Amino acid sequence: MSTTDLESESPTAQPASMRTSGRRVGDSIFSYLSIGSGVLIFLTLAAVAVFLTTESMPAIIASQEFSGTAEFSLIETALPLIYGTVLASAIALVIAIPISIGIALFISHFAPRRLASGLGYMIDLLAAVPSVVYGLWGGIWLVPKLEPLYVFLNTYLGWIPLFAGDPSAPMRNLASASVVLAVMVLPIITAVSREVFLQTPLLQEEAALALGATRWETIKTVVLPFGRGGVVAASMLGLGRALGETMAVLMILAPGATFSLHILEVGRHNSIAANIASKQAEASGVDMSLLVFTGLVLFVLTFIINAIARWIVARSGPKS
Amino acid sequence: MAAPQPINVEDLNIYYSDFLAVEGVDVQIRPRSVTALIGPSGCGKSTFLRTLNRMHEVIPGAYATGKVEINGENIYDPRVDPVNVRRRVGMVFQKANPFPTMSIRDNVLAGVKLNNRRISRSAADDLAERALKGANLWNEVKDRLDKPGMGLSGGQQQRLCIARTIAVEPEVVLMDEPCSALDPISTLAIEDLIHELKQEYTIVIVTHNMQQASRVSDRTGFFNIAGTGKPGHLIEIDDTDTIFTNPTNKQTEDYISGRFG
Repeated sequence: MSTTDLESESPTAQPASMRTSGRRVGDSIFSYLSIGSGVLIFLTLAAVAVFLTTESMPAIIASQEFSGTAEFSLIETALPLIYGTVLASAIALVIAIPISIGIALFISHFAPRRLASGLGYMIDLLAAVPSVVYGLWGGIWLVPKLEPLYVFLNTYLGWIPLFAGDPSAPMRNLASASVVLAVMVLPIITAVSREVFLQTPLLQEEAALALGATRWETIKTVVLPFGRGGVVAASMLGLGRALGETMAVLMILAPGATFSLHILEVGRHNSIAANIASKQAEASGVDMSLLVFTGLVLFVLTFIINAIARWIVARSGPKS
Repeated sequence: MAAPQPINVEDLNIYYSDFLAVEGVDVQIRPRSVTALIGPSGCGKSTFLRTLNRMHEVIPGAYATGKVEINGENIYDPRVDPVNVRRRVGMVFQKANPFPTMSIRDNVLAGVKLNNRRISRSAADDLAERALKGANLWNEVKDRLDKPGMGLSGGQQQRLCIARTIAVEPEVVLMDEPCSALDPISTLAIEDLIHELKQEYTIVIVTHNMQQASRVSDRTGFFNIAGTGKPGHLIEIDDTDTIFTNPTNKQTEDYISGRFG
């Protein structure tokens, strides 16, 4: 930009026009690049959806042809898998959410600053551990360690359907898979919850403290209500991860295909993702199509979960 | 109720970690009257105010040494629980801070529910009405007690915070620039309210506005600092009329006559 000195301005000099002769090249390139990236992600998602739908068509058609016969039923194959997936994820969340909130509150409101940052770093590290490592750890180390707990639950709390049945070692049951899933979703729920709790306005916390609230009462009246939406959204993110987790479940769970509530029994459940991973190498034809169909179900399920999470986050966002 | 006693502050030093922010405050604050604290920014008047209900130490690393006696009891005695201090010494902040998730009614009752958990519905209604009347807010909100407190105007929110503070029936009410975010009309409403509140409560108010100090207070204290990084001091405290017409200290005179600050 050039400026003209007013006093030395000659009467004939025209001020430089502020119009430009077209868009700047750098702007255009960057604009196309970013639009392209946006379109690309949309196309990828669409490609996956189209693939899942078309490839699962043979199974759907076959299912209608064979409907009523015992040989092949889409519903009978898919439903137990959906059931197992949702049950394992739900139990994982029940275990992980309270622990995550506890850790997040400890980091945000109780721990001394240095300990808090160290702990936060460790939690992030936990999120970076590959799931195959969790699978190894769960299958080899954790499963035998959990056995006494399962025996205890089965003996004394066996009247609760979840703990009923006949558990037998090795405890490669749904409960073990859920515990490992809980460990895996814990970091994301903790990290997001911690961020939300840290954003509680100081003024709100001081309002509670000045009224004579204890630290716990301050958390109860101010921090938790403020962070509720964030915690729910974090849990949904965790749920999304648990639903889609393959390796750890595959390596821990002895599969079955029932609607059993007995999570301590071995060989009763399986998850969609683990089922696909274990069978896709040998499957062909309509069997492959069936696997793809279960994949489509998982795709839709996680899609819905994410949509709900987004909706909750948007709804509980800052109000004007 | 026993005759109210003054707040006795003796040799109070206030720290942020290693930094001495306010040094050697000795002062008596008269009960059932309004004491205003004035002074330039950063002089430590708000910091001092926050030591009177042990809110200062909420900031990591912050602490105070010395003695603050309220009703004859030193609130810095190691056996004293700061939570109990804050239940007897209420505080109103610079920005209105009603609890955003609570209704107007629940905001007023928030402190009461912390202090004694069991309160009957009718007793709670009476208390809410009394506190809101005490804060000159009842007529404006009586038809929408179940609406969120955040829906009120800034001035109404600040009076809601005052109602919340007096609902727990404290002995002392601390106000940290309560009108600095309000328009003149809302400010006037709060100032009128302060006049009424001093019948029952000991009030200490920090203000940047010297006209406000002269309008609302019986006594005025002047804080000053020698320079950045130096601790603040209470320069003098006297009857408000005296401070504004005939201060003893040259610094006070310079400040109130607008020569600095």
